[in-house]
Amino acid sequence: MLSPASASAGLAGRRSGRRRCCTAEELRARRREREAALRSARRQQQLVSKRLLWEDTLTDEGQVGTDGGTTAPLSEQEVSELLRNIQKGTEERIKSLRHLRWGLQHKESQQKFIRLEGSMRTLIGLFTSNLADLQMEAAWCLHELSHSQDPDVMKACLPATSYLLTYLSGHSIALTELCLYTLGNLAVETKVVKKQLLPQGMIPVLASCMQSPHMAVQEGVGYALSQLLQSTEAAEEIIPLILDSSLSQHMLRLVCSNLEQGVGVAVEFAWCLHYIICSRVNNSLLISQRALPTLVRLLLDLASMTTATSAEGLELLVCPVVRCISNLLAEDETCDGELQAQAECLLRAAFVCIRSFLPKHLFIVQECLWLLSNLTADSPMLCSALLGLDLFPLLLQLLHCQKASVLVLTVLCNVAAKGSAHCQALHQKAGLPSLIGALAVSDDQAVNHVLELLHLLFLHWPEAALDFVDQSGLQALERHRDNLQVQEKVEALVRIASQLAAPPQDCPLEASADDL
Amino acid sequence: MALPPSRPGPFSFAPARLRLPAGHPFFEDGDVRRHLYLQGALGGGGAEEAEAGGGPGPCELFCPAAGCGEAFGSLESYEHHYQLLHRAVCRSCRRPFPSAHLLDIHLLEWHDSLFQLMAQTRNMYQCLVESCAEKFKSSKDRKDHLIKIHRYPPDFRFDKPMKSKSTKMKSPSRGHTVPMDVNVNFCEHSSEDAMEIGSSETAADKAHQPGMENPLVSPASDTRFSRTRIPPSVCFGQGSTRSFRSGKKRA
Repeated sequence: MLSPASASAGLAGRRSGRRRCCTAEELRARRREREAALRSARRQQQLVSKRLLWEDTLTDEGQVGTDGGTTAPLSEQEVSELLRNIQKGTEERIKSLRHLRWGLQHKESQQKFIRLEGSMRTLIGLFTSNLADLQMEAAWCLHELSHSQDPDVMKACLPATSYLLTYLSGHSIALTELCLYTLGNLAVETKVVKKQLLPQGMIPVLASCMQSPHMAVQEGVGYALSQLLQSTEAAEEIIPLILDSSLSQHMLRLVCSNLEQGVGVAVEFAWCLHYIICSRVNNSLLISQRALPTLVRLLLDLASMTTATSAEGLELLVCPVVRCISNLLAEDETCDGELQAQAECLLRAAFVCIRSFLPKHLFIVQECLWLLSNLTADSPMLCSALLGLDLFPLLLQLLHCQKASVLVLTVLCNVAAKGSAHCQALHQKAGLPSLIGALAVSDDQAVNHVLELLHLLFLHWPEAALDFVDQSGLQALERHRDNLQVQEKVEALVRIASQLAAPPQDCPLEASADDL
Repeated sequence: MALPPSRPGPFSFAPARLRLPAGHPFFEDGDVRRHLYLQGALGGGGAEEAEAGGGPGPCELFCPAAGCGEAFGSLESYEHHYQLLHRAVCRSCRRPFPSAHLLDIHLLEWHDSLFQLMAQTRNMYQCLVESCAEKFKSSKDRKDHLIKIHRYPPDFRFDKPMKSKSTKMKSPSRGHTVPMDVNVNFCEHSSEDAMEIGSSETAADKAHQPGMENPLVSPASDTRFSRTRIPPSVCFGQGSTRSFRSGKKRA
């Protein structure tokens, strides 16, 4: 049994970036800014992000300049003095190293540090030393540097990769975790991956880390893999290696394990699976590993979690899971029989997710509608199930939501295309007023879909045409007669509706009036 | 009543399962959400701050490993220390290793008396990359392989051939052979170098050091000495030091 209350805890923990005190308004503004930057980066196919860990205990220890978690950038002189202190090996060493680590939060200090002669050699020397606390502190410094966007700083970190990978086979969980995130940050650069990380054996060592029972390590592996998989050359260079090392099987195991203790691990591996499935390198392998039933079961669990508690945070997991299922459903090999038992539950789960994430996360609603559309495209059985669902009215409500209407209409068209029985039920359940209302919008694509849907309804269930004419549907159509995009369809539909409505002896008007 | 299935005219809808690639604009909102999360911009609320503040108090922990007894302020730092220094440790020279694989290689190459003999007839030097199954005639061949195939740095710290030790001892002037210049100023008494000196504990280790500084001379006697005291089959719990288990790799 899942305990949903703790589910989102895994997302909050220590992997949540640097905290700085600022007001809610400032935070919102910063978030909007960042969001805009991410959108434009995505459009240019340059969407990369890095993750910064922070240490829980640090604030307790009261080090230099931890007030509010920030320090001022270090001056050139300060950086070189710290480096000298660190090299000297006095008692002050650990303090200086810690001070340096805090300074390395700043871009300016990072650049100053890497330009000092011998700085990186010193840091890597400490990182590979036997002095536990110095080693850990040096690992934090490397982590800070790996978070940089500056190509020079990234390059300076490269001599550390063989050691970072070596310590992944070590026994210290904290160090392994830190190394994983540092490597994940460095892995955004395709060149680094190809030239260093892959030859140095990153994939096999990640595979063995995946066996770790520690969730912190599992999540770190997931993060590092998701970074590798996002590279532009992943489909050619990386995904085949990952599939050959049977990592996908472990991913499918971890994506649904320990949900009750937090969803952080599942989030990372769900995104990994999404990238792999999208690449279509070998989806039949994933299907043969029972990826579909596994992910469907996960989505069912998640749907019940969203109803039991706040869904906040779960969108990060629901999103990739829905994508994986939808894309796998679109594969030709997908065996319908396998899904049969779960299909109706899946249909309901999609509706539950739509309801839970409305209106805050509209993208989940859209992606769930995509899932519904893939489910209903070729299955009369599921179309009937959809019509019989108590949550069906929710779908009609979404007709009025601009960002969802086209997808809703696609689902309804899928149902209507199944023949007269489905059209009759659709006519009864949906009624025509909502469709006529949908004609009032000015979105060409939505109007086009309404026209297609009306055509299917009239074709398979002519009573709907009578009803349509009765409810001044023709006037609603007239409005689009001048729209070149849909003109032809509008004219055809007016013709069909008028024809069907003309001989009243064929279709008794009372029958359709009863439906309303 | 149903009309024939062929539908002339402008209507074109046909149900189809839709497949979307990763870069499709449809995924933009979800991807942005994911990346806001990665960048830590979603804000976890105040809950975790409170959690962090309520951590363990200033209680001290002492490392229970024999001869160590170092004190720690937190469980995490103790854990890290223990795993680093007392987990994969060579019993003969008390050096800790970053992984079990590197320790295995060390034990084989430095403390197995048959190793040198066997290395004359076949390739015995295993690659340091755990996932690589290659073996080499000499440590130099291995080093070349590490640099060429695995893009390892030429001064990889955990691959110090025995030779470099003795040259280093002879010439205190440290040039390019020194792997990291951390040691420059405090080499004599520090325990910086993972592969040279055992760990931060001092007195107990110092006694062992002659044995490890020049293992070529007396690896066998050293191991025999310790073997007489502790049978090799006895292992003192998790994390105890290990020595070469004779017969392990001879098949």
